[in-house]
Amino acid sequence: MVGKGIIKGMVETARNFLGSYVSKQRLTTIQYPEERAPQIEAARNFPFLVFDGTDAEQGLRCVACQICEKECPPKCIFIEKSKDKKPDATGKMQFYPATFNIDISVCMSCQICVEVCPFDSIKMDVVYDLSNNDRFAGLLLHKQQLAKSNEYYNTIHPTEAAAVDAHFAEERAKAAARVKAAAEAKLAAEAKAATDAKAKSETTLADTQAQPVGGGTR
Amino acid sequence: MNLKLDQLDQIFVILNNWLLGYLPPVVRPLCSSILAIALILVTFALLFAITTVLERKGLGRIQNRFGPNRVGPCGFLQPIADGIKSLTKEDIVPNPADHVVHFLAPVLLVAAAFMAYAVLPIGRNMILVDMNAGVLYFFAIGSLMELAVFMAGWSSRSKYSLLGAMRAIAQMISYEVPLVLASIVVIMQSGSLSTVSIVNMQATYTGIWPHWFVFTPWGFAGFALFMIAATAESNRSPFDLPEGESEIIAGYYTEYSGFKFALFFLGEYIGMFATSAMAITLFLGGWSAPFSFLTWIPSYFWFFAKLLTIILTFIWVRGTLPRLRMDQLMNLAWEFMLPMTLLNLLTAGVWHFMPAGALRWLICGAMVVVPCILLSRGLKQRKKFQVRKYRFSE
Repeated sequence: MVGKGIIKGMVETARNFLGSYVSKQRLTTIQYPEERAPQIEAARNFPFLVFDGTDAEQGLRCVACQICEKECPPKCIFIEKSKDKKPDATGKMQFYPATFNIDISVCMSCQICVEVCPFDSIKMDVVYDLSNNDRFAGLLLHKQQLAKSNEYYNTIHPTEAAAVDAHFAEERAKAAARVKAAAEAKLAAEAKAATDAKAKSETTLADTQAQPVGGGTR
Repeated sequence: MNLKLDQLDQIFVILNNWLLGYLPPVVRPLCSSILAIALILVTFALLFAITTVLERKGLGRIQNRFGPNRVGPCGFLQPIADGIKSLTKEDIVPNPADHVVHFLAPVLLVAAAFMAYAVLPIGRNMILVDMNAGVLYFFAIGSLMELAVFMAGWSSRSKYSLLGAMRAIAQMISYEVPLVLASIVVIMQSGSLSTVSIVNMQATYTGIWPHWFVFTPWGFAGFALFMIAATAESNRSPFDLPEGESEIIAGYYTEYSGFKFALFFLGEYIGMFATSAMAITLFLGGWSAPFSFLTWIPSYFWFFAKLLTIILTFIWVRGTLPRLRMDQLMNLAWEFMLPMTLLNLLTAGVWHFMPAGALRWLICGAMVVVPCILLSRGLKQRKKFQVRKYRFSE
């Protein structure tokens, strides 16, 4: 019969039209500014800096080793090393970045900075609505904008962050053990030194006593 | 009560007469025309705005999307945003273009589209000019739109515009023939070219049923053929080859921008409403109510209800059917539509001279259905898919 296909198609579109008012599942559109699609864990776009604790300045993991700056293929990272030092994530005295800028208009989201960072301090972010009125200054992110807490990192990439946290816990335990051992060794050394000094003083006393009087003629 | 309803039906006529009562008799005809023209311009421009948003929302829903829903309540102020946008856009005219003709083309298109409304009865006693050759005037004005299309394509001095205009003209002229032939059956039956008398003839009832021409075999076939031809004539999907948004960028108005571009859309939609209104006038009984017990509802309400139904069907069809190929388009026009309309003339003649009864229905029904099946089979037979032979690459 001629026109059967047309009628079939018309019925299908009518079903779509009416169905879209009845079932919400048909409408797959997400109303963006109000609703957002759930983020998948592997999502990434631009790097950010992780800090521990509450103080972004004090807890910053970055030690300004500048490996990421050197490895960055489009050269979008700019770091200035500090003059003084502060304790890093494991408590060791390290330099910190006085300036840390990332130009996200240049960044190509390759994640190489994350791969090369030995301190687990630079990670990939998932924030995507970064549009700005100023395409130069507005897209150049400074240390204050880049520094984000470890809790935030845990919410966006839970598995990865848990591994990093475990690693840091181990490192901190090792460092604590090392400090403890060092302290013990120091104590032992001091005790030893004390006994040694005591013994030495005794022997020298004996020596002086044993020495002949006329020895000083040389 | 009855009198009041009658007043409601004639409210525009009464208001018009009341306003004109304050004017000197010399200027009355002129002012009456101006008033009616202004009303038609405003009403149908508003209908265009409503249709664009309905179309976008309807197509969205057909494709399981929301459609525009940001501007105003449920997105119904979207046409205002669109209008402001197209008004503030730069109006670019190509340097080698013929500036005068380039400017005149969209104006002529819109003007021609609006001129067709002069002979369309919107309600009882609501017509601008009751011409005794109204149908003829309507089709004459309709062909003016083709001239506007060709002016647009030619004056742009761009090969794309020109080719687009050629395609559009080829399509519009091809479908003009079945469009006019499909409407001739009504003229045969009613014996008049005046739209008012055609509607008056259909606005009578047997029991509760109206005497619309669509409720006869030849009328139904004529209506179907008229609507197909009208779709092609107003460049609507599935016959939107001249525009072809996804393939050729807007065809003959490639070189237009800003509000002139919007004017082409306005002209096309207004033309579409005009042909739909003509279909209503010829086959669907114009402003007459579908049942005799509903005649108390004002006549203009029925006219716009019918018009909106046809518009929504156009949107539905647009959301369903894919675009035709150029050869399919021409085959449909010349191998199906033309023979069908010519046979339909014969059917209308047989209907006229046979005595009323079941036999008349049977014969005329067969005269419509059998050729339709045979001709569509003829169209189908050509579609033999075969492996293409390449001369050199194999």
